[in-house]
Amino acid sequence: MVSRPSSTELSPTAISTKIVIAGGFGAGKTTFVRSISEIEPVTTEALMTEASQDFDDLAATPEKITTTVAMDFGRVSLDQELALYLFGTPGQDRFWFLWDDLIRGALGAVVLADPRRLADCFPAVEYFENVPEAPFIVALNCFDGILPFELDDVRAALAIGPEVPLLTCDARDTASAVYTLTELVRYAMNFAGPPALV
Amino acid sequence: MKGTAMLRSSRVRPYAITGGRTIARMPLLLETLVSVPDYDLMVHQMLVAESRDIYALCRSVQSIAEISAALDMPLGVVRVLVSDLADDGRLRIHPTAVHAGVPEHMLLERVLRGLQTIKH
Repeated sequence: MVSRPSSTELSPTAISTKIVIAGGFGAGKTTFVRSISEIEPVTTEALMTEASQDFDDLAATPEKITTTVAMDFGRVSLDQELALYLFGTPGQDRFWFLWDDLIRGALGAVVLADPRRLADCFPAVEYFENVPEAPFIVALNCFDGILPFELDDVRAALAIGPEVPLLTCDARDTASAVYTLTELVRYAMNFAGPPALV
Repeated sequence: MKGTAMLRSSRVRPYAITGGRTIARMPLLLETLVSVPDYDLMVHQMLVAESRDIYALCRSVQSIAEISAALDMPLGVVRVLVSDLADDGRLRIHPTAVHAGVPEHMLLERVLRGLQTIKH
């Protein structure tokens, strides 16, 4: 966890933004959020019905509203006027529909992947490839600092384009987590195109 | 009916408070910040329990997700109650960066600067 002197109180005029930390179960999402958050990562719960209300008759199946899904998140006060939230995606595949809620308004996403279980991040990569407005990068969380493959081989295995940044990181390390987010933001800058002429 | 209600977990109960609505009137993202501009003890006392908790918590700036976590209240319920409190002028909903009209490039530059000040 990061301790910051200015983090205690946001200004009454503060605004906020967010980055999504995605990836398979056990890829290190909560660890990543913890290593950069100024608050202990907390869990919030969303109800199944929030997304299924269109096709579920709640009156007929009232017990459905008790189905919950947990999402971990953390916060970084970038300055007193701007809070950055980091949201980890729910690990379970059956909660895909919540990703739309998570990604809405996000600057972009980091897809964390465990190199030993690369296939676990395929669904996340596929999801973000289908959300053209949200830039994403892939970060291989190398717990022991060793990547057993060449990055190019990983890129080929993930079937991501040459433009998508692919890097290694250590989710436990604050500097590494900051670097990873920095790479996403730099990519998002190019993604957004040059500043509009005025 | 009474028996059914008693069997349900307490988590379901706030739906009675939201009048059965599950959708907030205004879009509230997970990271949307809210705060109480002028905290008033009289207002605090007249609110129903769940709204009162939100009103008290938001004396300091909180996000929708933080309110949900701090009060152990489902996101959908928080959204509806926050929306109602804002309608009544009790809570202020801060725009998120995307809705505040901050040009995307300026926002990204600002995020980059902020990230670079994080101590390792």
